[in-house]
Amino acid sequence: MNDLTEARKPPVATTGILGWLRINLFSNWVNSLVTLFVLYILIQFIPWILNWTIFAADFKYNFNGEEIINREMCSRVLDPENGGACWAIIYVRFYQFMYGFYPREEVWRVNLSYIMLAVAIVPLLFDKFPFRKHFLKFTYVFPIIAFFLLNGGLGLEPVSTNKWGGLLVTLVLGCTGIALAFPLGIILALGRRSNLPVISMMCTLFIEFIRGVPLITLLFFGMVMLPLFLPEGIDMDGLARVLVAVTLFQSAYMAEVIRGGLQAIPQGQYEAARSIGLSYWQMNMKIVLPQAIRISIPSIVNTSIGLFKDTTLVIIVGLLDLLGIGRGALADTTWLGLAYEVYFFVSLVFFIFTFAMSRYSLYLEKKLKTGINMGAD
Amino acid sequence: MSEDSIILLKNVNKWFGEFHVLKDVDLEVKKKERIVVCGPSGSGKSTMIRCINRLEEHQEGTIIVDGIELTGNLKNIDSVRKEVGMVFQQFNLFPHLSVKENITLAPIWVKKMPKSEAEELAMQQLEIVKIPEQADKYPGQLSGGQQQRVAIARSLAMKPNIMLFDEPTSALDPEMIKEVLDVMIDLAEGGMTMIVVTHEMGFAKTVADRMVFMDEGRIVEQAVPDKFFNNPESDRTKLFLSQILNH
Repeated sequence: MNDLTEARKPPVATTGILGWLRINLFSNWVNSLVTLFVLYILIQFIPWILNWTIFAADFKYNFNGEEIINREMCSRVLDPENGGACWAIIYVRFYQFMYGFYPREEVWRVNLSYIMLAVAIVPLLFDKFPFRKHFLKFTYVFPIIAFFLLNGGLGLEPVSTNKWGGLLVTLVLGCTGIALAFPLGIILALGRRSNLPVISMMCTLFIEFIRGVPLITLLFFGMVMLPLFLPEGIDMDGLARVLVAVTLFQSAYMAEVIRGGLQAIPQGQYEAARSIGLSYWQMNMKIVLPQAIRISIPSIVNTSIGLFKDTTLVIIVGLLDLLGIGRGALADTTWLGLAYEVYFFVSLVFFIFTFAMSRYSLYLEKKLKTGINMGAD
Repeated sequence: MSEDSIILLKNVNKWFGEFHVLKDVDLEVKKKERIVVCGPSGSGKSTMIRCINRLEEHQEGTIIVDGIELTGNLKNIDSVRKEVGMVFQQFNLFPHLSVKENITLAPIWVKKMPKSEAEELAMQQLEIVKIPEQADKYPGQLSGGQQQRVAIARSLAMKPNIMLFDEPTSALDPEMIKEVLDVMIDLAEGGMTMIVVTHEMGFAKTVADRMVFMDEGRIVEQAVPDKFFNNPESDRTKLFLSQILNH
């Protein structure tokens, strides 16, 4: 090292908390004004919302210490000035929110499925999970186990899907829709880029048709028209029909997202793969798709979050998902007028799931970026 | 086709749309022969060698590689690709795989080699290109010269009889060109059949058995390096050589 330019400390207030504040919040007077304004709003809003949802809220008992059994006993009905949220409606109907009308004596099957869902998904999401390989075997058979557990059969009491509801229906639709649409979307995307004109045309037609139609229309189609196409005597389950519609809908969107990723892969990758002798499928499975999917992660998660929320549309064809159960609760005359609490709760549950998905996608992006520097030269 | 020839191009023609890129190309390469192809850009050199492993499809004429004729027959194409290794100008390493995985991929999936054996093979190839210590890094962490050497190792792992090099040093910083050329010289001395498209005339003089000069889609001149550089026949070759040697 030469001694003419020794490393010096950076100027004061460009690093540390002060530096951060200066650069990010008070870099010029417009920025400072915005910062102060937002700060003012937060100071006004946060204590109020905390007070309403937690400190002044009723959970099981009202401020007189009585167990709440109808809306007249809520603190905020008795004392509109000071009372907060009345979560008793959620407490009383919690079972319905979680399971719908699933028989109480069989509900252990749903709980077991929830636990197994976690065991199946967590090792899939984190590749450093201990004994991941063995857990993944379970992930593959989980859908079959869950099907028999929830639906009955193999010695278990059958539970018709019209008794399912609440979070159960939301999760079944969301998870199955996303899990099935992903491979379907990949096949459709590859098909659309195929050199064989017939395959390419069929995939394009399918994707464009499904994307051009609102999900509600597809749900009606599944409910009303699908039975007409089935052979006589075969009656498809209502939930299954909706699942078909949701999966087809999602796979078309997934296909377009993945196609975007495929287009970003340089021609040289295909040529290198071909030149070392890989077949079409080996090239796609080992070289092209891993890179294309990596590029598409933000959009894949984005459409998945979209689908998860769109499952609430099934209320139109008479299935009671989480939101459907909420609306049912609001229609109950003993609890009339507690819309804030119900919608807040339903939003919160949806938010927990979608926020987890979006965080996971950030985690993935970060992990893949640090592991591999794609921009080599 | 003579007994010991391994590649034969006869009357090969190719068009990109309306553009006639290869015009009646005839070329015969013998086993263990080292051919250097040069010519101005757009002369069809890359296209010609890309036709040899069917990355490009020729429309007229015959190409026979190691006794297999290249036609639409996919099985033939697969067998030819197992015989022919290729190194690209832009390296084309797989960025999501480590160096070792880049090399073991084809042996494991195409030759169905057990993983441990493939890894051993990968390390041998990395020794040949002199970077065994980089085995667990990702391509993005390597310099251009190192990446190109990994690309050579990746091709060699399939034990090809023929190696095609498509301007292997053109994308490299000057100080890295030598390390790649050294590996290629070792390979040539080991008796590999090679077709190299390059402007590295020093390399050509050292290793080439024969020079092939192309211009406007035609093979204009073929000669041994001594004659090619000192006493070329065609005026076009003279002009080209004066342009690339005199500065």
